[in-house]
Amino acid sequence: MSTVVETHDHGHHGPAKGLSRWLFTTNHKDIGTLYLWFSFIMLFIGGSMAMVIRAELFQPGLQIVQPEFFNQMTTNHGLIMVFGVIMPAFVGLANWMLPMQIGAPDMALPRLNNLSFWLLPMAFGILISTLFMPEGGPNFGWTFYAPLSTTYAPSTVNFFIFSVHIMGVSSILGSINIITTIFNMRAPGMTLMKMPLFVWSWLITAYLLIAVMPVLAGVVTMMLMDINFGTSFFNAAGGGDPVLFQHVFWFFGHPEVYIMILPAFGIVSHIIETFSRKPIFGYSSMVYAMASIAILSFVVWAHHMFTVGMPLAGELFFMYSTMLIAIPTGVKVFNWVATMFRGSISFETPMLFSIAFVALFTIGGFSGIMLAIVPADFQYHDTYFVVAHFHYVLVPGALFGIIAGAYYWLPKWTGNMYDETLGKLHFWLTFISVNVTFFPMHFVGLAGMPRRYPDYALQFADFNALISVGAFVFGLTQLLFLFIVIKAIKSGKKAKPEVWEGAGDLGLEWTLSSPPPYHSFTVQPQLK
Amino acid sequence: MEAKRTLRNLTAIVVGMFAFGWLLVPMYDVFCEITGLNGKVTGPSFLSEESKAITEQRELLVQFMTHNNESMPWFFDSERSQMRVITGNQYEANFVFYNPTNKEMIGQVIPSVSPGRGAEYFHKTECFCFERQTLAAGERIELPVRFIIDPALPKEIGSLSLGYTLFDITDRVQPKNDLANL
Ligand code: HEM
Ligand SMILES: [Cu+2]
Repeated sequence: MSTVVETHDHGHHGPAKGLSRWLFTTNHKDIGTLYLWFSFIMLFIGGSMAMVIRAELFQPGLQIVQPEFFNQMTTNHGLIMVFGVIMPAFVGLANWMLPMQIGAPDMALPRLNNLSFWLLPMAFGILISTLFMPEGGPNFGWTFYAPLSTTYAPSTVNFFIFSVHIMGVSSILGSINIITTIFNMRAPGMTLMKMPLFVWSWLITAYLLIAVMPVLAGVVTMMLMDINFGTSFFNAAGGGDPVLFQHVFWFFGHPEVYIMILPAFGIVSHIIETFSRKPIFGYSSMVYAMASIAILSFVVWAHHMFTVGMPLAGELFFMYSTMLIAIPTGVKVFNWVATMFRGSISFETPMLFSIAFVALFTIGGFSGIMLAIVPADFQYHDTYFVVAHFHYVLVPGALFGIIAGAYYWLPKWTGNMYDETLGKLHFWLTFISVNVTFFPMHFVGLAGMPRRYPDYALQFADFNALISVGAFVFGLTQLLFLFIVIKAIKSGKKAKPEVWEGAGDLGLEWTLSSPPPYHSFTVQPQLK
Repeated sequence: MEAKRTLRNLTAIVVGMFAFGWLLVPMYDVFCEITGLNGKVTGPSFLSEESKAITEQRELLVQFMTHNNESMPWFFDSERSQMRVITGNQYEANFVFYNPTNKEMIGQVIPSVSPGRGAEYFHKTECFCFERQTLAAGERIELPVRFIIDPALPKEIGSLSLGYTLFDITDRVQPKNDLANL
């Protein structure tokens, strides 16, 4: 590619100055930084929405917001956290780390990279602006089931559809770039089965993305046509079927939840081996486990729809295929524990977050298995038990993976060590508050509290007050994280190239200086 | 170059999966039809020769349910909520339609049988759901559905319910438009 050649010419000068550095940059580190800051800002925007939700649910009855606005908060909180926080953060980490981990100077398609990033602020600018329009923003849940999102939607749904299209294009371009980089720019000697696990996790994730984001684009286009051009894809009056929407959506949606966890698997694998001072246990089984999770994720989607009236054979098929996913997931958990077993472990902040990841993600996996049991799901479906399940896999799962990765690589990025004492404080406050917030949700869910309502029956009051307190502490604690990151950018003990004791043998990124040169490997390293 | 080939393959996957998303729509219909899922009555309106040859008869309960979609203002109900029937015999049930508004409206009824597995054994020899109904302002009509329950109905199905949903399609069909007759 001509673009690749061009980066080589650029090789020797540093970044441009001022704003244009960020607007026009094609450098993988700059773009990674942009993605990470974007995700961080969206974390606080989506987080404020969660605070509104929890403030309203602090007591039964309606105190703070109207039900219409409450629905907009739950919807936008979900959309922002999924598409605006978790996914961009992983792409940001990929941009920063993939070239450094495979011994490349930059990403394969640097200009496309710039475009994929700048599409995102556009998409979310559009989405968030709908909240200020007279009719209000999307209010039909992050899963936007038709006909709620078609026949009964506010007219701003058209902006929502447009923003989903832009997000989709951004993810697809980003994934194409990642796969092309991994396939074509590895250092000589780095065979596929020698790639770091984070690279593997992203290779698989990127394939999932290019397979399912087009389906998401298709389903929102069908909505657009139903709303504006009189078609009846999801409208029974015209011969369509609302259940069809759910099938197409979850065909995208289930692989999407694995898109949000696989890169975290890669990150914690690196951290656990570093701080256990032992190479990862069962490397190839880790790769095969991720690949089989990804393949299986295409045939389990209807476990989100057990209650729509599927025939028994369908319920059984989706129940067993879903439970099958627990096997490769179990292999991964086993390997992490086996890596720590008899290792000489030290408990720096990234390791604390990773150990918490293993423990708490497993709780989410267990509640997932409970939900996969068809007759049980008839009771659990659309209750807070489901909310507890996916928050356990997404917050102490995906988000902890991202935070752990940020602490792990922050000294490499900035050249400064972060403040370890504050990091530990951040960890413990987060760890306690995340459990206070999400664990009681299991109980109120089992007792029958439905999700997505601004009010609830009196018997749930005590647990909800507790949940809200936990949520406020969790929210505030993340401001501490922001402070720690800024402090590490501005000051701190200088980091060695290796950063973590013994890490030098674990990956190419630790052979570069901290901070690394603007163009990572201008001379490709040779692997033994 | 290597990268060009990778790019071409990846673009093909993206385009292919976009097409696949749309293909899910007809696939879903075909799948429901083949498996008889979704309670869509697709069986013929007559008994097959094999079924006619079955002499063994049994009694079962058939229930009727009517719903109005969204804000369809018509009154729509069955005269009787259920009847006991013998397999292989023909029965008739009457349904009442009343348009209380002051304008002419067009309605379409969509049937659904549950349990879905029973749908193919529910033969409707005549049904108002086969065509759309136009009612003048204030008009009230009674329409029959004639049906036979197939003697081949599996033993474990002890009752069948026939659900009807009435849709307002006035805005979708311009009565003078030829398209309406497609
Ligand atoms: C052992 C693995 C897992 C199993 C067996 C499992 C099973 C399930 C089931 C059956 C449901 C549907 C519950 C219902 O709506 O009644 C569900 C919901 C959900 N799961 Fe999982 N899950 C697993 C792992 C994960 C992971 C790793 C993630 C994401 C990182 C995830 C994210 C979600 C989300 C977001 C929902 C709710 C979607 C919604 O309705 O809004 N799950 N899970
Ligand atoms: Cu799922």
